[in-house]
Amino acid sequence: MCLFQCMMNYFPEEVLDHVFDFLSSHRDRNAVSLVCKSWYSVERFSREKVFIGNCYAVNPERVLARFPRIRSLTLKGKPHFADFNLVPHDWGGHVYPWIEAMAKNGINLEELRLKRMVVSDESLELLAKSFPNFKSLVLVSCEGFTTDGLAAIASNCRYLRELDLQENDVDDRKGQWLSCFPESCTSLVSLNFACLKGEVNMAALERLVARCRNLRSLRLNHAVPLDSLQKILVQAPQLTDLGTGSYVHEPDSETYIKLKNAIQKCTSIRSLSGFLDVHVQCLPAIYPICTNLTSLNLSYAPGIYSNELMKLISHCMKIERLWILDTIGDTGLGVVASTCKELQELRVFPSDLYGVGNAAVTEEGLVAISAGCPKLNSILYFCQQMTNAALITVAKNCPNFIRFRLCTLNPTIPDAVTNLPLDEGFGAIVKSCKGLKRLSVSGLLTDQVFLYIGMYAEHLEMLSIAFAGDSDKGMLYVLNGCKKLKKLEIRDSPFGNVALLADIGKYETMRSLWMSSCEVTYGACKSLAEKMPRLNVEIINEGDQIEASPDARQRVEKMYLYRTLVGPRRDAPDYVWTL
Amino acid sequence: MEGYSIKDEGGCPQLLDLIPKERDWVVKRAEETRDGLSEERKLELSLGLGPPGGEWTIKENTNSTERYHHIESSSLLSFGNYFSNQNHHPVIRSPWQQQQQTKATPYFHLQSTHPVMKESSQPCSNRGAVELLQQSAEKNTAVPNNSSSAQKRTAPAPVVGWPPIRSFRKNLASGSSSKSASDSQNAAPKKVSSQKPTENSPKGLFVKINMDGIPIGRKVDLKAYDSYEKLSVAVDELFRGLLAAQRDSSDKNEGGKVIGGLLDGSGEYTLVYEDNEGDRMLVGDVPWHMFISTVKRLRVLKSSELPKLSSRGCKQGKLSLDK
Repeated sequence: MCLFQCMMNYFPEEVLDHVFDFLSSHRDRNAVSLVCKSWYSVERFSREKVFIGNCYAVNPERVLARFPRIRSLTLKGKPHFADFNLVPHDWGGHVYPWIEAMAKNGINLEELRLKRMVVSDESLELLAKSFPNFKSLVLVSCEGFTTDGLAAIASNCRYLRELDLQENDVDDRKGQWLSCFPESCTSLVSLNFACLKGEVNMAALERLVARCRNLRSLRLNHAVPLDSLQKILVQAPQLTDLGTGSYVHEPDSETYIKLKNAIQKCTSIRSLSGFLDVHVQCLPAIYPICTNLTSLNLSYAPGIYSNELMKLISHCMKIERLWILDTIGDTGLGVVASTCKELQELRVFPSDLYGVGNAAVTEEGLVAISAGCPKLNSILYFCQQMTNAALITVAKNCPNFIRFRLCTLNPTIPDAVTNLPLDEGFGAIVKSCKGLKRLSVSGLLTDQVFLYIGMYAEHLEMLSIAFAGDSDKGMLYVLNGCKKLKKLEIRDSPFGNVALLADIGKYETMRSLWMSSCEVTYGACKSLAEKMPRLNVEIINEGDQIEASPDARQRVEKMYLYRTLVGPRRDAPDYVWTL
Repeated sequence: MEGYSIKDEGGCPQLLDLIPKERDWVVKRAEETRDGLSEERKLELSLGLGPPGGEWTIKENTNSTERYHHIESSSLLSFGNYFSNQNHHPVIRSPWQQQQQTKATPYFHLQSTHPVMKESSQPCSNRGAVELLQQSAEKNTAVPNNSSSAQKRTAPAPVVGWPPIRSFRKNLASGSSSKSASDSQNAAPKKVSSQKPTENSPKGLFVKINMDGIPIGRKVDLKAYDSYEKLSVAVDELFRGLLAAQRDSSDKNEGGKVIGGLLDGSGEYTLVYEDNEGDRMLVGDVPWHMFISTVKRLRVLKSSELPKLSSRGCKQGKLSLDK
């Protein structure tokens, strides 16, 4: 290494710079920057894409000081459980200070990707006006903005290539945000507004699509009717990713026939989603493109019943990524298993049961998939029930899982056949899947499952626990065993102070720990915070559970701790205490 | 679900009586655990069963577990007798059985045929047990809104944040994708309110039905009918008596005047419904199965209140009534 280092030092920095250009992964770059001071220096000037997994781990000033040439910023804000309403919506995660800092420092920002952050219209306006080369805005599970903010983006970002809104909570202001794209805007490559609730001007949309010849990805919202879809597809047969809006029409109408023809010309479509409203008799129009699809997302389409789903999927032999609702049933999953041999990622979401006779899925469907799809490596499965035997079989069939997330609709349901806890099943999964990075467990679980996880899940980075375990031992097994653990989130489980305080140094090796409705007390959290200045230990104290001078033995309802370089944040609301 | 045989042991007749057939898995669970499998297990099971008041816990460490076990113990008839092999506490079954008889009604009376009462009105096999579990968990997770606390006292509320899906999906699933942003901020009331119109039961599709001028609504199981005519007859049967009582007319003796012409605009009242997009629609335009899949609630409105439509020929005519 010493010789190597000497050799490397003979290279002028430009060479190192050029070499580092080939490093795209932020983990690689982080590793490279730790080698020596000169590498750190070269790397930091050459890094253009910065990924920050917790926006409060660091502040804008430090990031910009280290990476002055930043062009792309990815930020994540709220803890994951905020997606499930466990975090009050004004907890934090504001993007404005970041945009403000970058604007002030003359950063040439081109791309901003945010997840679970609060984005105000002011932020979007500032963003739109401060960065003339801004090209790409991706917002996932964010909130706080309205279509007015989108209008600002559309009006001002002259070279906008990507506007991708995924599952955000956006207020509709009934303006014409889409019409704000000037006639001179021809640069769009990707436009996704599927999550918006309001209407857009159809004529403006059709014109926009017509003039953006590079448009590859277009996802419409439910307000876009089928006849507009047809016109759009005629203008954009080059699309590779399509999300339909409302897919409802008379199947024997001229519009539908035109749609069929238009779709047949879209030979490049590889990814399909949408169908928020669907008239199943219009589905045959998409069969021709099904054979080439690699990604299919029907999880927003409760209107497609099992039979139709099966018919559709039977055309999709090349599918690699499939997101569906549990209306597909075990039988439907059998069809997937026998048809989709290239399947890598499967997500089966729960459809709220209205009594339309749709059964949820069970362990049978999962076993079928594992047997039929040898390339499966990522699964999110909401099911009615599960058994250890099934999980053991799945583990045997699919040792390549990277992500395994199982969610039983009843969070503490035991093995459906034996009534035992599901410890053995999950144990088999972690034992067999040596590359497992993400795991969510559910069902009736004792400390035993955590013993297995600690023992076998060597590469586990994220673990989600709910209503599981018997004692502190469970959590201790995990903290002691999972050396690569980055994110641990626990709710409604009997883990307490002993587990929390056993290895406090561990938390500096992790991004964050969330514990809600567990057994940790105020005193323990305070003690932890005092001993570890580089952790922020936050208590979310809704409903006046803890008075001004709380008793040390009082249970803490929600605790979120994370490592940070910049101390307690200053934007926390009143009910969030950083100890 | 199929595949379960309820072992007919003499042990727990009360549970069997209380749990409707749909919850086979629940019953089975309770039956089988009675065989004392827990005796073999060394580790504690986190879910003991205690009387809903949480008067006794089965956990060793008692410092702060009381509340925790209040969460779990007040729940889950499905976890009938999951007793751990406790060091300190012997396996206790009988108090539970006895408790059952007295406590069963408020917590385990999940008959899906009941109209909305104080108790749980959403006995879906997915959620029934979990609702009970979370009755106190609601308290502990401090959901900040009024309606859920009202729900807490009278009926088990859904678990906050379970199943773990984003609000965006919840809104889709409950068919209110066009609702406003405030929904995502208050998951509990949103969830509760979105479940009110329909029962989450695989065996019945219950929707609320209100009639103009009658303050009390009814619920009707749409799966019991297969055509609009039969529904119309059912509506007549539901409200005839109430209407007559309201009017205090001389027809009372005959049980009231027939409520007819609901579907063709010819009667005094007309049947409308609200669909999954929140729009009000005239009943009868679409095929029955399509109607079933989109209807969220029904209303019987005075025909005179409806905007005049020249004919019923317009497909999917939307009524732009306020509220």
